[in-house]
Amino acid sequence: MADMAAHSAHPPGFAHQFEEMAQQRAAGNLGMWVFLVTEIMFFGGLFATYTVYRSLHPQAFEIGSHLLEVQFGATNTAVLICSSLTMALAIHSAQTGKSKSTIIGYLIATMILGAAFIGIKLYFEWYHDYVEHLVPGINFAIRPEWGHAGSQVPMFFCFYFFMTALHALHMVIGIGILTVLTIMTARGRFSSEYYAPLEVSGLYWHFVDIVWIFLFPLLYLIGGRYGTGVH
Amino acid sequence: MSSQEQHEHVVPVGTYVGIFLALIALTGITTGVAYIDLGAANTVVALAIAVVKMLLVVLFFMHVKYSAGLTRLVIVAGFFWLAIMVAMTLSDELTRHWTPESGPWSVLLPILPKTF
Repeated sequence: MADMAAHSAHPPGFAHQFEEMAQQRAAGNLGMWVFLVTEIMFFGGLFATYTVYRSLHPQAFEIGSHLLEVQFGATNTAVLICSSLTMALAIHSAQTGKSKSTIIGYLIATMILGAAFIGIKLYFEWYHDYVEHLVPGINFAIRPEWGHAGSQVPMFFCFYFFMTALHALHMVIGIGILTVLTIMTARGRFSSEYYAPLEVSGLYWHFVDIVWIFLFPLLYLIGGRYGTGVH
Repeated sequence: MSSQEQHEHVVPVGTYVGIFLALIALTGITTGVAYIDLGAANTVVALAIAVVKMLLVVLFFMHVKYSAGLTRLVIVAGFFWLAIMVAMTLSDELTRHWTPESGPWSVLLPILPKTF
């Protein structure tokens, strides 16, 4: 299909084993999705285990859930959704051939929003939990008002810290990837023809957003926020 | 596949902003609904809204609405395998109390023939 003339004039970023740019793009996206499927199974195992333990100790999980601050969880959800928008706009800018500074602006905005998410998590949530003696293995203190379900509340917080920390680790990796993308953009590596690294990194960033879209209701909301959580 | 079909679909900025606003609105709704006592339906509503949000992100932000059939097949297969894992795990955990606990053989004495 690709004759020699087309071959000699291939655009930057085009790998020789592909017949045309669109085929390379489709192959790259497919490969990234195969990786994301392994991530779905990875987080899915945690979600399945969470469901089992929640069904075994519903009261303890409700008490634990009420000890989390909804406003920070909801704010962080909004922050992540904003970062997904700026990521999508960064790719859109590359697709439509906007200037390097436009793409870099959106990438930096995405990084700032990602860092804000981690900052809110660290300072307003994890540090607060530590002060409140809610960190299993470090300083967890079972409160008498929780009744007989109290002994299982640390289990909820084990899930909470493990799932949110694993998610935050993915965010940190994502910010690292965005840093590399910013440098690549500044060096003029992308064009409206070739922007595959931006596109597949965007898939990763949106995937991490989706994980949080499920973590937020599972940890903060399920069981309802009405009442005190203690029966 | 013709190059026309393979050509990358450029999603308009307006679509991205619309999806973004829908996601923010759904976040507000799911948070608000949690403060209303719906009993067991609280869980159903929270998860249903999360699934809708996921679909919006996957279809539009991740361009799956416009991506190749093979990519879609991989994604569907991934979620299908996830469903197998969750269903198998729960079919064990949630049905354990359906069968009685094992006890000593002597519990059978009243229903066994007199020769024993």
